[in-house]
Amino acid sequence: MAFNVIGKTVMKSLFGKPATAMYPVIKNEFYPNTRGNIEVAIDKCNFCGLCSRRCPAGAIEVSKPDKKWEIDRTRCIVCNFCVQVCARDSLSTQRHYTVPMTDKSKRISTSYGQTVQEDA
Amino acid sequence: MGERTIIPFGPQHPVLPEPLHLDLILEDEKVVGAVPSIGFVHRGLEKLVEKRDFHEMMYVIERVCGICSFIHGQGYVQTIEGIFGLEIPDRAKFLRTIWAELSRVHSHLLWLGLMADAYGFESLFMHCWRVREKVLDIFEETTGGRVIFSVCKVGGVWKDIDNETLKRIVEVLNVVEQESKALTDVFIKDFTVQKRTRGVGVLSYQDAIDVGAVGPTLRGSGVAMDLRKLGYAAYGELNFEPIVEKDGDCYARTIVRVRELYQSIDLIRQCVSKIPDGEIEVKVKGNPKGEYVSRLEQPRGQVVYYGRANGTKYLERFRVRTPTFANIPALLKMLPGADLADVPLLALTIDPCISCTER
Ligand code: SF4
Ligand code: SF4
Repeated sequence: MAFNVIGKTVMKSLFGKPATAMYPVIKNEFYPNTRGNIEVAIDKCNFCGLCSRRCPAGAIEVSKPDKKWEIDRTRCIVCNFCVQVCARDSLSTQRHYTVPMTDKSKRISTSYGQTVQEDA
Repeated sequence: MGERTIIPFGPQHPVLPEPLHLDLILEDEKVVGAVPSIGFVHRGLEKLVEKRDFHEMMYVIERVCGICSFIHGQGYVQTIEGIFGLEIPDRAKFLRTIWAELSRVHSHLLWLGLMADAYGFESLFMHCWRVREKVLDIFEETTGGRVIFSVCKVGGVWKDIDNETLKRIVEVLNVVEQESKALTDVFIKDFTVQKRTRGVGVLSYQDAIDVGAVGPTLRGSGVAMDLRKLGYAAYGELNFEPIVEKDGDCYARTIVRVRELYQSIDLIRQCVSKIPDGEIEVKVKGNPKGEYVSRLEQPRGQVVYYGRANGTKYLERFRVRTPTFANIPALLKMLPGADLADVPLLALTIDPCISCTER
């Protein structure tokens, strides 16, 4: 009996597929729901600042006069709350994670808007 | 009487990466006493309620723990909903139950793996975690996160799971169940494993009640107490009985968790067959005022939340009593008389989650 179990396990280990993923040769597939990097569609944004006020981590900074939307990638905890509160649907989560960084100065990504649209 | 020595145990990776520290008082190889200390990773999340409004706070509370993150979020929103007197839609209740039970499956598989690792059974450890990976994939598919789901909200849930996905989840769980069977058989039947766990660290029925142990630690000592029986979320409509083992030793606590693993899978099946269609959230208006206590059953045991709100968008006070905190006295009851070599095992059988305890 015990020999059977061991035999089966050995056979599975020898001839079965590996349990681990073959990363990075085969990249991990993300699901449509996966919460990854926060992305802004800056042309839709009217710099109302709601996302920045609701962000629990204080990662977003919005400045209406400069038409600037800025996120600190290392502060963001990818909770998705900003995406859900934005009334103009300008935020979304991408289907890949924020790229790891070793240079701290690269943690902030800034987007500038061209025109400020008035709320219709 | 042998010579007395004091051996520090932890806080750097005592048996699992949790900063638990014990000063073990030894007589030769036998433990005669232990002094615990915690507080190495205190984060002060409870204080944050004064600075983050009650909607945002959900995301902070979820991060109290990386394993029962969902149940922390659920407990928090349940507290706020209690203050509001909100009744959430049935579908949301069932979805919460499904995610909570999936959390239990993944937590227990994680624990079984760590347990195997604690007595040096590396391959078993890896197989347990391999099976667990399937559950994490379900999480990512349905909520977007593998560990932190961020899917609860005050008044319901953010995301729905369509019925097709629910069916697929059950199929995946069938595979998980089948694969777990082979693994849990080792925990139950293997001679060497039983040598390490049987009769070690006995916590008697009376002691378990006296020190206020919770969760599988308590149920392993023969006390049939499971807060899911309170019927919060959708548990009132599900059919289950608390899982109890009599012996109170490491083996009994392991068996409780093994059986709970299958119980949880069964509960998810029941949920999927009973889940009603409909809304998944209700609108929340205004700010909470009042106070509320909610109690939930985490994989590690009973967790208690207290919230007090004063009519502004910031809560006045929020408190979490985590199961590990309640189980440390139980650990101290188990330790005297044990061998030094069994201490890691004993520390593990209460399933300590120290960062959770320190919030
Ligand atoms: S991203 Fe949305 S919420 Fe944030 S400033 Fe722009 S419009 Fe407002
Ligand atoms: S995902 Fe959460 S933490 Fe990140 S920017 Fe949005 S609200 Fe802030």
